[in-house]
Amino acid sequence: MLSRVANTIYWMARYVERADNLARLIDVNQQLLLDTERLDSARLAGFWRPIILSTGDDSLFQELYGNEGSDEVIRFLTDDPRNPNSITSCASMARENARTIRDQLADELWEEINALYLFIHSPAGHSLRITDPPRFYSEVRRTAAAFFGLAATSIPRNEATCFLEIGRYLERADKATRFIDVLNFLPEHVERSLHLAAILRSCGALGAFRSLRRGRINEREVVDFLVLSPELPRSVRFCIDRTDSALHKISGTPRGTFGDKAERESGKLLFDLSFHVVDDIFDHGLHEYLDSIQVRLNAIGDEIFDSYVLMPDILTSGTSRNVASISAAAIWEMQQQQQ
Amino acid sequence: MSLFEGYETGEFHDEMFAADGSVRPNCAALLQSLGGLEESEFLERKANSERYFLHNGITFNVYHDNQGTERIFPFDPVPRVIPAAEWEHLEAGLTQRIMALNLFLHDIYHDQQILQDEVIPRFFVENAKHYRPELRGLDVPGDIYIHICGSDLIRGADGEFYVLEDNGRCPSGASYLLENRNALKRAFPAIFDAMQVRSVQSYPRDLLAMLQYISPSRDEEPVCVLLTPGCFNSAYFEHCYLARQMGIEIVEGKDLVVVDDYVYMRTTRGLKRVDVIYRRIDDDFLDPVVFRPDSALGVPGLMNAYRKGNVALANAVGTGVADDKVMYYFVPRMIEYYLGQKPILPNVPTYLASEEEDRKFILDHLPELVVKAANESGGYGMLMGPSASKDEIAVFREKIIADPRNYVAQPVISLSRSPTWCDGAMEGRHVDLRPYIIYGSDVKIVPGGLTRVALTKGSLVVNSSQGGGSKDTWVLAD
Repeated sequence: MLSRVANTIYWMARYVERADNLARLIDVNQQLLLDTERLDSARLAGFWRPIILSTGDDSLFQELYGNEGSDEVIRFLTDDPRNPNSITSCASMARENARTIRDQLADELWEEINALYLFIHSPAGHSLRITDPPRFYSEVRRTAAAFFGLAATSIPRNEATCFLEIGRYLERADKATRFIDVLNFLPEHVERSLHLAAILRSCGALGAFRSLRRGRINEREVVDFLVLSPELPRSVRFCIDRTDSALHKISGTPRGTFGDKAERESGKLLFDLSFHVVDDIFDHGLHEYLDSIQVRLNAIGDEIFDSYVLMPDILTSGTSRNVASISAAAIWEMQQQQQ
Repeated sequence: MSLFEGYETGEFHDEMFAADGSVRPNCAALLQSLGGLEESEFLERKANSERYFLHNGITFNVYHDNQGTERIFPFDPVPRVIPAAEWEHLEAGLTQRIMALNLFLHDIYHDQQILQDEVIPRFFVENAKHYRPELRGLDVPGDIYIHICGSDLIRGADGEFYVLEDNGRCPSGASYLLENRNALKRAFPAIFDAMQVRSVQSYPRDLLAMLQYISPSRDEEPVCVLLTPGCFNSAYFEHCYLARQMGIEIVEGKDLVVVDDYVYMRTTRGLKRVDVIYRRIDDDFLDPVVFRPDSALGVPGLMNAYRKGNVALANAVGTGVADDKVMYYFVPRMIEYYLGQKPILPNVPTYLASEEEDRKFILDHLPELVVKAANESGGYGMLMGPSASKDEIAVFREKIIADPRNYVAQPVISLSRSPTWCDGAMEGRHVDLRPYIIYGSDVKIVPGGLTRVALTKGSLVVNSSQGGGSKDTWVLAD
């Protein structure tokens, strides 16, 4: 398969997954806000600030808005095209990627992505976001679900599916760590159990938590569940397991070994997640632990890009080889939005 | 009541009816089965064929529209019929023409005998926008330059076919030819049974066989790719379609990399050597190192690989010198010079603005003539004298005087008409014909072509960018 096509499938999946996760995050927290008493502006900022901080786009937000009111935060995360990670931007980027490989996608798959883009940019979409936010966000999530469902039944089970899975699970793992990281930014006075439930819901894991863990929702249990659970499809460990599996399917290297740097990174991370217990996380410091996972997820993404798209090793090995340089613009375009 | 009730041929040659209103013998079966349909049934079948285009994504992109709107190419379901004997004549004429054009290109890029013998004035070649003197002396596989040619033919009031222009760079439209046929087979299966229509399905096979034929490495299965400018190009559908039909990769410039003067594509399994590139981007954008440094479409180093003979390009670089509208004037001379034959298909009478006598004639008769810029295509850069305003004529007069090498003029040819469904009635609309000629181990012409139709009443401009549509073209087996 062409490297560009693999790269495009990977990013298409990432952007759809990113939009899905953001829609969950905003929807859940908007509802959580309804459960709290009326907040003055300082407390309202205290409510939203951890969420902005966890997305990693805090400095852009400060530059564009500066004030964490509900309207500002929601607009920034939902339909501000100046935020490259807003739902609007994700929908556009997913569509751009789909468009360039449209000949290789099933029509329904393209139609879902295109419909989401058109919906978000339509006057009806705009007004729904304001008058009936839950319906707006559920439409985003429905599209993402339909997209991955259709992808599973139409994309050939070869490298194409592998790159789709890698994009989807790396993105999901990254978002899970960010949602959990909200705990590290909460102000002192708030009721943490409410936020714990909200984080579980943001990860679509509240029901699973209740049925599998039964006990009271406490911080250690939630972190253990969302990071280390081998069963939960949104836990970081589960996502890395799927990523590692897809990488080995592509290369044919047996799992537990590695043939390139991407496999080495994913294997090491999976090993840690498999043998860590929740105490290791808190001993390390929750924020530091999550942060290091994010760094390692990025490393996996970078190594995949190097191994399968940029191929610097092949292109520069041996001093006698004369490579006409690929333009800087093309490289930039292929790397896209790294987070 | 027949769908053709009240149809008038007017002053024009009609593709289906003779001047006295009687149906041409080869179209009798078509008239009987198509004309016998109830209007409602005809409309339903027409709507079905349009849905077929939409559902299959047979669309073109509209430029400058960031909503990414894609439209279907307007399609008229009444086919245009070409009898067997007439097709034989066209085939012979087109074959003769592509042979002569290729001999001319080989000559121009080698010894330039035709210039030394003063059959064509040197001035015209050396001042042609698409002439690439740096390629002189370069040998290309099989000495073939134009591998795919789309020559535009028209039929005049006298019923004769004329060549209007040759497209020897990146002619487009073959996918519509194939899909028009698919749509019509679904709409009118019974009529096909009655008519003995020759199949066009061999086109992708012939195209692939040609690409493989020109491969520089003969020992193993050659790797061929189609190079596209990308999904924003208006012909992107066609690029995807042809690549898929041939089972070859569709690549963009950034998918290819040149190492040690060989071309490779980047795949998830590493670099894979490429032997033949069916390129659908213009010469100027092929290699930013050699041509336009600002081009992100091309492949740095491609020209070096090409010069070394490590990769073949279809069409070759520099073919534009043969298809500009001034060189067109000299094609009949090329045929006589290289082949020693009389041209089978005539040119439309043409005046060269750079010749003093012709220029005087052109400037004196602007309101009656069609004036064309030498290197434009798609109906741009053109003056239709009879319908132009005084101001437009004045603008062209200045342009011609300022740059005579760049202009030719032709009398207005009243193109033949073909019955076309127009808002509730069958009416005559002007048509042309673009057959696709493939030149590999031998010359292959798919029986048929793209019949383009000017949907606007009275219009002679058939280009899709100017409101034209298309029809299926039926070449009969006999």
